[in-house]
Amino acid sequence: MRPDAGRQAGEQFAWRSRQAVADTAQRINFRSAMDFLQEKRRAQFPDDAELAQLRDLGAALRGYSLAHLPRLLEQLEARCRQNGMQVHWAETAAEANTIALDIAQRAGARRIVKGKSMVSEEIGFNHAMQAAAIEAIETDMGEFIVQLAGEAPSHIIMPAIHKTKRQIAALFAARIPGAPYTEDVDALIQIGRQALRREFERAELGLSGVNFAVAETGTLCLVENEGNGRMCTTLPRVHIAITGIEKVVERLDHVPPLLSLLTRSATGQAITTYVNLISGPRRAGERDGPEEVHLILVDNGRTQAYADAALRATLQCIRCGACMNHCPVYARIGGHAYGTTYPGPIGAIVSPHMLGLEQTYPLAFASTLCGACSQVCPVRIPIPELLVQLRNAAQARASQGAAMLRGAGAARRPLVSAAWRAWSLLYGRGLLYGVGTWLMSRGRALAPVRQGAWTRCRTPLRPAPRRLRDLLRRGRPQTPIAK
Amino acid sequence: MAPHPDGVGVSARDRILGRLRAGPAVAPVPLPDVQGWIQARRRDEGRAARVERLRAALLAARAEVHDSSEAAWPELLGALCVAKGLRTLLVGTAAESQRQRHSGLPAGVRVLDCDTPADAWRQRLFGDVDAALTRARSAIADTGSLVLWCGPGEPRTLSLVPPVHIVLLATDAIHADLPAALQSEAWPQGLATNVVLASGPSKTADIQQTLAYGAHGPRQLVVILLHAHMDAL
Repeated sequence: MRPDAGRQAGEQFAWRSRQAVADTAQRINFRSAMDFLQEKRRAQFPDDAELAQLRDLGAALRGYSLAHLPRLLEQLEARCRQNGMQVHWAETAAEANTIALDIAQRAGARRIVKGKSMVSEEIGFNHAMQAAAIEAIETDMGEFIVQLAGEAPSHIIMPAIHKTKRQIAALFAARIPGAPYTEDVDALIQIGRQALRREFERAELGLSGVNFAVAETGTLCLVENEGNGRMCTTLPRVHIAITGIEKVVERLDHVPPLLSLLTRSATGQAITTYVNLISGPRRAGERDGPEEVHLILVDNGRTQAYADAALRATLQCIRCGACMNHCPVYARIGGHAYGTTYPGPIGAIVSPHMLGLEQTYPLAFASTLCGACSQVCPVRIPIPELLVQLRNAAQARASQGAAMLRGAGAARRPLVSAAWRAWSLLYGRGLLYGVGTWLMSRGRALAPVRQGAWTRCRTPLRPAPRRLRDLLRRGRPQTPIAK
Repeated sequence: MAPHPDGVGVSARDRILGRLRAGPAVAPVPLPDVQGWIQARRRDEGRAARVERLRAALLAARAEVHDSSEAAWPELLGALCVAKGLRTLLVGTAAESQRQRHSGLPAGVRVLDCDTPADAWRQRLFGDVDAALTRARSAIADTGSLVLWCGPGEPRTLSLVPPVHIVLLATDAIHADLPAALQSEAWPQGLATNVVLASGPSKTADIQQTLAYGAHGPRQLVVILLHAHMDAL
């Protein structure tokens, strides 16, 4: 690690955040989108007691899956194989891409149609395919828009949430051959539909994510509204499903409560238009469906989170995005400012395991710890507690226990650490505290006028002329303090 | 550990599982009480009430719902084809007899059977097929979901590619909720390779949260409810 890598990451994040906050149009987009999604979710959970009970169950189910993760992964692998799928394991993003590329090349694929998959974003799949002259085409409307614009998704559920229909109208007119300029949303969607139908027809390979992988039956569960997920997993000769190792659940009857939590929390829908249950390639006699189905199980830092009993809860996540929809920081700076594949509160707690704390610790500090995220989290991840734990790890001495986290200590500043050591020394000993505060109250004139970031928008801090203990010794104040 | 059949990624697999197994000991986590949650949600409702809940959910999702019966639906289908101007109809073979598939259709409507040799229908799937007719295995009242059990007689693309999807559903196959469907149809003991819960026409809200239909799948979902006794309505 370069000694200044951490500082740079912090400065870049601050710079991106300032840019985002200054962009009024984008802030309006995010604010209205967040209000919309919050309201949709609220309408789905009219009964607080039902919600609380369902969240308890969701948390218990995810906790159970994680507690039995190695066994369930082995069971999933065995059942998927019995169903005729091929199962692959990848420790890193690069390994996952190598596996996918190998499958694509053996299939003679020149085009890959993609259903929405955040793991594919996480591993830089499109880029890796491009480098091998294979075109990866996003087919979720939001992802398609973002890819056409050469951008990254700014939200894990609604990737193009930062764009207005005007911007999309201009984008389509400029980038899709033959597309007229129109701001009519129906017309825009039909333009996208036509453009992508050509790709579905001719792509040799389809890639999708996975929402739940069922160990008991070897089934991949995929939720979507558009039907592009069905296209990608039905039409091409080869289907690759890619997922993090944490997505496994033991039994098929564990899916309904989690599914209900996912769609209601994410988009405020009782269910998505399509729920796909995929249990293997086409069987004899079937007239369509892929001939090969591959499942790639990706670690990419997840085992690091798993190794810590508290941080393990990070892996309970079912990627609904409710935490970002309710986060006051996300609503103001938007998804791109985070600079990571997963933005918002979940991004702040999951990204350090994928990218290391050097690059990502500023995200853990970009929170007021207001707790809105954990209040809506359908699987009760204690996000603020985990943020605090990551802050501590980022500031810990590399030799301490937190060293098991990649990049631990990246935010450690000698002066800051020394100041806190002095503070704890002073406040932990009565006599020393007395002497220290006496000296401070006498030397208050020496308090610096410039106090770094504090005085950028606040008056400087100065010790009081009389210590509290001196005031108390004099008895009751003559005038009541503050009316 | 069992040897890896594919011979690739062996070490990655073992290293990942090894790291997971080396994780800190946590208190044993018992199997959560999913059955308790399912039981608590059980409602006491008759078949008619369940049909109405399904209908309401489907309508809310902008599906079309029609009432008919096993004997009468070909006629309704014919009327729908005329009303919607459907000229080429792709038909699954799951439960419909040849006679039924053709009997009610007006002269101008061509029928493509998906069991024709050489899969000629597949060439035309993205071309001039206006609608597809399939049969749902069952449905879920809670969410207005049709259970599409894809297989040899019911290819997956039928309910996906044509702009209009017409689906037959027997009203005695409507479950209260997903857990009930799973349990009474014993899904864990045998799933088709591709099972889809379809709850309305294809849609998206990816452009400025504005709902638009017909994103990639069918723009219209037309459900024909097959009542055992039409006079019971």
